[in-house]
Amino acid sequence: MLFYRRHKKPGVKGWELRKALGADYPKVLKILDDHLKVLDLQVKTIFEEEKPVEKPTLEELDKARFYITLRGELTPKETKMIGWRIDDLAGLAITITYIIAKKGKAPRKEVEELLRDKLPGWKVGLNVDRYIRYGYLTQDENEQLYLDWRTRAEVDQKALIDLLLKTEA
Amino acid sequence: MQSKREEIKIGREKLQRIIEMCKSIEDRSLDPFLMDVDDIISTIKEYFPEWKLPEDLCLDAETIHHLASVIKLQSEWVKHRSTSLYTDPFLLEEKLVRIEKEDTVETFLKAWHPIVELEQISLHSLAEALRYWKSLLPLKERWKEFPPAEVETSLATREELIKQRILRDKAFSEELENFWQELKNQVNEKGQEGKIRYWDFVGAENYEETVHRAFMTSFLVTYGYATLEIHSLEEEIFIKPNEKPTTKIGKKQLVSIPIAVSTEDWMKWKRGELQ
Repeated sequence: MLFYRRHKKPGVKGWELRKALGADYPKVLKILDDHLKVLDLQVKTIFEEEKPVEKPTLEELDKARFYITLRGELTPKETKMIGWRIDDLAGLAITITYIIAKKGKAPRKEVEELLRDKLPGWKVGLNVDRYIRYGYLTQDENEQLYLDWRTRAEVDQKALIDLLLKTEA
Repeated sequence: MQSKREEIKIGREKLQRIIEMCKSIEDRSLDPFLMDVDDIISTIKEYFPEWKLPEDLCLDAETIHHLASVIKLQSEWVKHRSTSLYTDPFLLEEKLVRIEKEDTVETFLKAWHPIVELEQISLHSLAEALRYWKSLLPLKERWKEFPPAEVETSLATREELIKQRILRDKAFSEELENFWQELKNQVNEKGQEGKIRYWDFVGAENYEETVHRAFMTSFLVTYGYATLEIHSLEEEIFIKPNEKPTTKIGKKQLVSIPIAVSTEDWMKWKRGELQ
């Protein structure tokens, strides 16, 4: 259930797990998470609220979405193997960081301008559209970009900012 | 000294400017602390006693509403700055511009844990599919269940075609000739000097019939069965039947005359108000 994609999104909602596994599904997930360690995978819980919940209630867990993500890190070589070019990944990193710095919302124009500095102009718009299609970003009718479900599931935002600030230019 | 009127005008302009400023902060994600809230409140207070008209009071309320939105943004700003995620955006932007692509990727990879998902078919769904295939009847058998409806062919009668509105019960030329005859009769009965008012001829009991008669009249004129007489100054239109259909093509320049047959005109004619 956790691995397969239903409709557009992978993962599964807490209430679906409760239906399939019973009320003790959080315990089952804990055991599964331990098993997945050896495969360098983990069970990731994304709550409805933006901030992570420390001691979630059953209701909060029911509404949360569970994914299986990589526990460790990928190397640049491995990213190529899973279909990401270095340019596209750098663009994604810059876009996400910029939106975080702008309190979670940034005009698409500004983001594209920033990307144009290091990516060829024709590619910039296409890349932003691709990030939106994959679920990393979302865009409103005023062309404002926001972080979407996939960023919340895959990216440790605090770590990203800290690491970036520590990087020597 | 400024007159009261001028003062009110200036006050309105100031409130408009405040609203614009608040909107640009809300829409363009500008720093909400660019706005001096105390100063704005004192301006709003200063002009408040001058407002007597409802429009001015609405403007005042709108200003307060937008100001409240900016204050809300200020509070969110403070909240965000107090969280661990806050970093000076200028510092971060500067860093993003200066850092190399490869370094950006390396940094990102340390914070990126992509979702692992499967797109292949599972044993369970494969078994389901096999079960479905087994129970699926061959096409030959399934098509038997829906035999195509048999349709008999035969000749359609003229009456049936009229009923289905494929044919009209009279030929158009025949209908036009009858209509011409009717015009001549009406001119003899109600007309003067061999002509009748357009609306007196076209007007009927219901609007649909009136439109149909206007449509037919247009053909009477076009095909030379009748002529129109238009008295522009009196705003009167008459229709005059010709003794024999005439054709004017080539002799005179033909002109098109649009005549509106609106429901309003028809109602007026019914009430006897349309001359």
